[in-house]
Amino acid sequence: MHAIEKILAEAAGKESVTTGEIVNCHVDLAEVNDLYLQTIRSFYEMGGKKVQDPKKITFILDHYAPASTIQQAENQKQMREFCREQRIELLFDVDQGVCHQVMADHGLVYPGMVLVATDSHTTIHGAFGAFGTGVGATDLATIMITGKLWFRLPEIIRINLEGKLPKGVYAKDIILKVIGELKADYAVYKAVEFTGPAVKTFSISERMTLCNMTTEMGAKTSYIQPDQNTFDFLKGRVKRDYKIFASDPDYLYGAEHSYDVSKCQPQLAAPHSVDNVHPLEEFIGKPVQQAFLGTCTGGRVEDLAVAARILKGKKVHPGTRFLIVPASKGVLLEAMAKGYMQTLVEAGATFVTPGCAACLGTHQGILAAGETCISASSRNFPGRMGHPKAEIYIGSPASVAAAALEGEIADPTQYLDCTGISFLDTDVHRLPG
Amino acid sequence: MQKVIRGKAFVFGANIDTDQIYPGRYLELTDPHEVAKHAMEGIDPGFVKEFQSGDIVIASTNFGCGSSREHAAVALKAVGIGAILADSFGRIFYRNAINLGIPLLVCPHIHGLVRKGDILRIDLTTGLVTNETSGATAQAQPLSDYVMMILERGGIKPMIKKQYGQKE
Repeated sequence: MHAIEKILAEAAGKESVTTGEIVNCHVDLAEVNDLYLQTIRSFYEMGGKKVQDPKKITFILDHYAPASTIQQAENQKQMREFCREQRIELLFDVDQGVCHQVMADHGLVYPGMVLVATDSHTTIHGAFGAFGTGVGATDLATIMITGKLWFRLPEIIRINLEGKLPKGVYAKDIILKVIGELKADYAVYKAVEFTGPAVKTFSISERMTLCNMTTEMGAKTSYIQPDQNTFDFLKGRVKRDYKIFASDPDYLYGAEHSYDVSKCQPQLAAPHSVDNVHPLEEFIGKPVQQAFLGTCTGGRVEDLAVAARILKGKKVHPGTRFLIVPASKGVLLEAMAKGYMQTLVEAGATFVTPGCAACLGTHQGILAAGETCISASSRNFPGRMGHPKAEIYIGSPASVAAAALEGEIADPTQYLDCTGISFLDTDVHRLPG
Repeated sequence: MQKVIRGKAFVFGANIDTDQIYPGRYLELTDPHEVAKHAMEGIDPGFVKEFQSGDIVIASTNFGCGSSREHAAVALKAVGIGAILADSFGRIFYRNAINLGIPLLVCPHIHGLVRKGDILRIDLTTGLVTNETSGATAQAQPLSDYVMMILERGGIKPMIKKQYGQKE
């Protein structure tokens, strides 16, 4: 069996499972964000009175942090009241940041767990060897009532990454390259595992970016076998015991792909699809009115660090708005302590409250018709960040920062004199407070 | 549950994401009647004016990819959608729609066999799809027993309510 299968088998109380089988699994943590008031509605519509286990439920108010309209404020208010009534203590309010980063920062994510959230990018938790998957409101409400959810055992695809990242190339460029080749529906109903020597050298931040973006190829979940990097990150955060699962040596993958990352150059996903991927050099000189650095995909300390490195002592181009959204309060505090915020604000960046911000076109940086944005987030669907006639290019944080500096798409490698991620000293960032 | 569905087709392409089915700027709405007003607005702002209860949506690959927002399924349920047929579906949308009792059928190559306005007849039991306008037929993948059980019980809400509904 694969490690993912072993996790689901254990959660279902079974000795073994096979691809395609439907199993009913205990869920270790269920997370609800503030887009999903319907979760509470569905809970009551299904006859719910008391949640099955309040310790296994968390509410994180991130998509509307803080509320911009009366309706958003009303929805958040009802969620706070629900948590109070149900004795759910894990309520993270609008000061905390994007749910996935918040859960990782606070030690709620650990290897071998089953984590279900009302957010498609829950695949990100494969970076810790957890089974993470996104669902809608009614599935989540089912977990609140029963403590369980059904899953179909997915076919598993292996993506092996060899080689060393060249200067100015990051995990984001690699995963864009992979999605560009395999396409947006390649992994629908499937799971994706990343293996290989390149993955072993990736920081937790880079691994989170890889796993996060598997959602954009349709994946149900993703996985990276925990190693010393993982344990170093978890130490001091996770306060409980956990079990490490490992795949059997004779496990047969549904498909295997191998990439040499040393041959990869900076990549961009051009409008209006995440699999419309081309080398960044094809777009050099394209003016951008907004550069967006943040979200669960690209708003971690390492991402702010590379932006600070590119912009130190320089100014954001006057024709470009450079929005920076730290993924969490923990990220914000560390970026402040390390001076990245000072550097970026002095350069002319606009800081936004930690959270999802403009990524999904709800608030804090909406695009007008005809505008172009380069973004470190995950999606460039039509209308995703505002007007359907706005254009979004998805790239690495370095590519975003380079464009903010030049006012147009620019090659980030020219501003970086060291290789890839190795110059950063931020692999382990501190807990908030 | 209605086992045979007949309705007019609305046809969409590949990778229709949930932002196009239900744009992010309306996510704060929670009343299904309000949500319904914005169904498919990101790709076809005239959709809700033309669409009639019982009509059918046809799409190419990966319909409903992207965000997990249940609003996408809620909006289509609230406009009275008869069924959705696509070459393939985004997995979270698939679950959300089945949970709400919307018949969803994976039907390879269906996109090429239907034009907007064609009248379709779908037999959920056999998976046979007949385009009554053109005479073409297609075979959808049969629904799994588990999915059929959810649909027959009117979605997951009545099912969970019956099984786990708390009296106290």
